[in-house]
Amino acid sequence: MTYHDKHLPQSGQQTGASRRDVLVSVSAAGLTLGFVVAGKAQAQTDAQDDAIRPLNAYVTVAPDGKVTILAKAPDVGQGVKTMLPMLIAEELDVPWEDVRVEMAPNDPKTYGRQFAGGSMATPMHWDEHRRVGAVARAMLIQAAATAWNCGPGDCVTEPGAVIHKPTGKKRTYGSLALACATVTPPDPKTLTLKEPKDYRIVGRPLAQYDTAKIVTGQPLFGIDQRRPGMLFATYVKAPVFGAKVASADLEAARAVKGVKAAFIVEGHPDAFAPGPGNIGQGLMPGVAVVADTWWAAKKGRDRLNVSWADHPTSQQSSKGYADKAATLNAGKPQRNLRNDGDVDAALKGAAKTVEAAYAYPFLSHANLEPQNCTAEFKDGKLEVWAPTQNPEPGRQLCAKTLGLAPEDITVHMVRGGGGFGRRLANDYMVEAAWISREVGAPVQVLWTREDDMQHDHYRPAGFHYLKGGLDAQGNLVALADHFVTFSNKDAIAPSAGMSAAEFPSRFVPNLRFDVSMIPLGVPTGPLRAPGSNALAFVFQSFIDELAHAAGADPLEFQIKLLGDQEVVGQAPAAYGAGRMVGVLRAVRDMSPWASRSTLPKGEGLGVGCYYSHLGYFAEVCHVGVSAEGGVKVKKVWVAADVGRQIINPHGALNQVQGSVLDGLSEALHQQITVANGAVEQSNFGDYPLMRISEACPVEVKFLKTDFNPTGLGEPALPPAIPALTNAIFAATGKRIRSLPLTPDMLKA
Amino acid sequence: MAYTLNVNGKALRADVDGDTPLLWVLRDTLGLVGTKYGCGVAACGACTVHIDGQAMRACQIPVEAVGKAKVSTIEGMAVHRVGKKVQAAWTELDVAQCGYCQAGQIMSATALLAATPKPTDAQIDEAMEGNLCRCATYVRIRAAIKRASGQKEA
Repeated sequence: MTYHDKHLPQSGQQTGASRRDVLVSVSAAGLTLGFVVAGKAQAQTDAQDDAIRPLNAYVTVAPDGKVTILAKAPDVGQGVKTMLPMLIAEELDVPWEDVRVEMAPNDPKTYGRQFAGGSMATPMHWDEHRRVGAVARAMLIQAAATAWNCGPGDCVTEPGAVIHKPTGKKRTYGSLALACATVTPPDPKTLTLKEPKDYRIVGRPLAQYDTAKIVTGQPLFGIDQRRPGMLFATYVKAPVFGAKVASADLEAARAVKGVKAAFIVEGHPDAFAPGPGNIGQGLMPGVAVVADTWWAAKKGRDRLNVSWADHPTSQQSSKGYADKAATLNAGKPQRNLRNDGDVDAALKGAAKTVEAAYAYPFLSHANLEPQNCTAEFKDGKLEVWAPTQNPEPGRQLCAKTLGLAPEDITVHMVRGGGGFGRRLANDYMVEAAWISREVGAPVQVLWTREDDMQHDHYRPAGFHYLKGGLDAQGNLVALADHFVTFSNKDAIAPSAGMSAAEFPSRFVPNLRFDVSMIPLGVPTGPLRAPGSNALAFVFQSFIDELAHAAGADPLEFQIKLLGDQEVVGQAPAAYGAGRMVGVLRAVRDMSPWASRSTLPKGEGLGVGCYYSHLGYFAEVCHVGVSAEGGVKVKKVWVAADVGRQIINPHGALNQVQGSVLDGLSEALHQQITVANGAVEQSNFGDYPLMRISEACPVEVKFLKTDFNPTGLGEPALPPAIPALTNAIFAATGKRIRSLPLTPDMLKA
Repeated sequence: MAYTLNVNGKALRADVDGDTPLLWVLRDTLGLVGTKYGCGVAACGACTVHIDGQAMRACQIPVEAVGKAKVSTIEGMAVHRVGKKVQAAWTELDVAQCGYCQAGQIMSATALLAATPKPTDAQIDEAMEGNLCRCATYVRIRAAIKRASGQKEA
């Protein structure tokens, strides 16, 4: 059977229903236009393989012409619930106003890998999703051609209808939906997609599909989910990660009005590192308090007086890490990552050398919606409503932890109040699942803000000991970095690594990257632009130092360093040097870079550029620094190259502006510190985020280059930080080598 | 104990302990989930509601302190003279990214514009400083307030 309808034929097969029964149900429900990509096996499910999947059941045309398009990947504010259906709607050729968007079920067998991460939604689906729409359109054309007894070549479409060219006759999509049941879907690869000049939806600034619900406060987020008979839970975990409960006054918690249950959870032995495919933690040890309102659960929790068992990492501290990094740097590096040319000889022979030590702190994701999940365990089956970025690994984590078959678990993707990588982990999901099973009722687990900040998987801190050498002409001829990072069970801790291809490797003839590691008892993981969000600060700042040492214009120094080659290296580590030069020139020309010497005292411009998540970004920051060391960012200019097409300009601009301000917020304010094995910060008082008075204008220019479009959730962030710190150097002569900024660093 | 609250012009009854914050009465007892929990310490503004027209953080107001005051939430803004203009501006400029903070932002912006129909940039910053947006949509928040107040959007 080439035509495959996920819902209807399957139920028909199960009940032995006839084709006619199926058609009757089709006419009642409308038609789901699904299809199988020729040559691809239906059963392929490898979650790591990002190749085209067998496609199925994205598009439903109702008899009234309304079109439902399923959004495959979860939305945590990056806009994919709108952007992905736009791609389908464009080639289907329907009016966007007639499109209803619903979340797809978590079903990787049908949809392929479903996740929100790596700014991958655009590059993974740009071609595939347009072909989903094109196939559906071709089926509607075929159905019309059959009805008119003509060839499909005699037919064209206008939004929502097929037109018979010779006569001008017209059939609406809604009137053709039923007839599509007998149409064999064409091979999507054979279809010709629209020319960009004919786009009606792609390239149009569209509001997010959920905007109406957002502005009116309708239920939408994880925390808004409700089930009949649902209870609310809070879950207390040890400040030292993974410590077990020694004792807890469960009776005191149970005595609180409204509390239904209070119990200790042993946790899963693998909770700290729950295995391949899972990011972050699993079911950590703790105490659950369940009540008829969350406030009652919280009151019960506040009476628990939990004491925690000793734990091997309870002596760790941020100061200890810094001391250890210095010790490790004084010794022989543990590993070599890359060694080009002869760095030591080149440094010795250099006309000028620069040495510097850089450091950056742990960071928390601080999603504004604290981690939460709603779970209902009933009759051996589990159903969860989770604001997750990564539903399938959550399902697998629940299966493993609760001893269930994955087929007995259903994960509903609900909108998350911010992701930034935090919700790639599913610890909140497995907690809700476990607690629901324990109490035999639907449960919503909601973390306090303090829980959220103290039980994150953090952006790893890091230390870099750098040396650079310039020749007599000011060329960068040698660079060495001893990177002191963190380990977990003797391997580099999650998101704490560095690539051997990290810029400026391959652009400096003599270059060495060494790595040493400090054992870490704090969980780490991806934060928006993982790796890049720290390494851009380090390398782009150090390159700025070298440019100044060479007496060169820092922006022109980078252009010179990038050289004449369009592309350096091979995929997947190819670096589009020409594209980076393009954005550097663009940001130079759109900003007042050329006239920066005329700025008043205490003001400066800085530049940073970075390639990450397939996007090329160069940014110039204009900053003013007061005599007291106060920093005011006045404006940021961004030149971006993410290919030939911006799919939704509204969302694209919002992502870039938000990413830039997010990066500035990290640099200006944020750090997580560790003492006695635990995180010291607990809420927005000691972990401040940027507020509106600090938000500067961010001017963005998208260069259109002849490459397939790529994503925008992350790549604008990394260069914002060195653009800021390099601007501070230009304004004050003070070089920022550790984050976050403090007024002490900058006092005149 | 039973409390009768005036929420969005309706008398609603909640049988809860008097120390329960208004936020949780709205969300868990009255089913009005538009008001969001973010920090519990009045540091983020996600739970902003109006008490007699003033923007307040519902996480800090025990239900026993509400009395006969008029409580307005995001769910009531569609029929609020200023609130509906603010919602329209938020929609036209598509301010939101994740959207979680935006109910609180709209409540603060509405209170601002009700008191100060044509706010300056400084007045906007002052009134909105208590509302965090983790996605940092601040540039659009400022523009949407300008638009709702009929001023040029910078």
